[in-house]
Amino acid sequence: MEIYAFYAIAAVVLSSAVLMVTSRNLVHSIVYMVISFVAVGGLFILLEAEFVAAVQILVYAGGIVVLFLFVVMLVNVTETYQIEFLHRQWLPAAVLSLILAAQIGLLLWGNAGELAADPSASASVLRAVDGGNTETLGMLLYTDYLLPFEVASVLLLVAMIGAIYLSKKRV
Amino acid sequence: MATLGLNHYLLLSALLFGIGVAGVLIRRNVIMVLMCLELIFNAANINLVAVSRFRPDLAGQVFTIFTIAVAAAEVAIGLGLVIAMFRNSATVNVDEIHLLKG
Repeated sequence: MEIYAFYAIAAVVLSSAVLMVTSRNLVHSIVYMVISFVAVGGLFILLEAEFVAAVQILVYAGGIVVLFLFVVMLVNVTETYQIEFLHRQWLPAAVLSLILAAQIGLLLWGNAGELAADPSASASVLRAVDGGNTETLGMLLYTDYLLPFEVASVLLLVAMIGAIYLSKKRV
Repeated sequence: MATLGLNHYLLLSALLFGIGVAGVLIRRNVIMVLMCLELIFNAANINLVAVSRFRPDLAGQVFTIFTIAVAAAEVAIGLGLVIAMFRNSATVNVDEIHLLKG
């Protein structure tokens, strides 16, 4: 049962990613990107990571996509500047990246057993506090990973200031 | 029918990574290049969450949250750069941006 769900979601992720890369219209690409992001969120639910799935939907399918749409609207490529679709060397680039994906995939496929093998741990560590994934993750974020958490907030502040400065009228 | 294992997820993320790299290499529009970078980020996130599920160790999910935060910051800065670039040189074609080329 689970494997059928996985294959269905994987088909959606990969096909919408391919359509996103190959579609000429930028807005169509963004719509395909939303589909791909939501499907990856479904994959996270399948992996029993509910909180990460919620963050994926909220941040990617909600925030980042709106940001992209705003910039497409501001830049307005279709009217002011008719851009050529692909590079001249698109075929060798596509073949090379396919070879790269095959190499990474084969390497990971062969070593997945070693990555997964940890007989000492049981699946209950994923939801140790009150049986909930979100509670356990929050507990971990505010105890063991408190310093990275604060650094991430500083990073977001820096990014916000940088974005405001870069998109000002006179730089 | 085989059971769903870690290797399925790892193969899927490798394919998604390949599609992202191909998009970065073949598209000319700089906004599209940024979007394909997001695909690559997503492939890395799938890897982290899948290994976290099958190991099992919650650190992978924590790192995924940090990765998403970094991706959001990267998109904000990148799109700010796109807007500044478009204002200065009125193009979003990566081939025409060669200010630093000697």
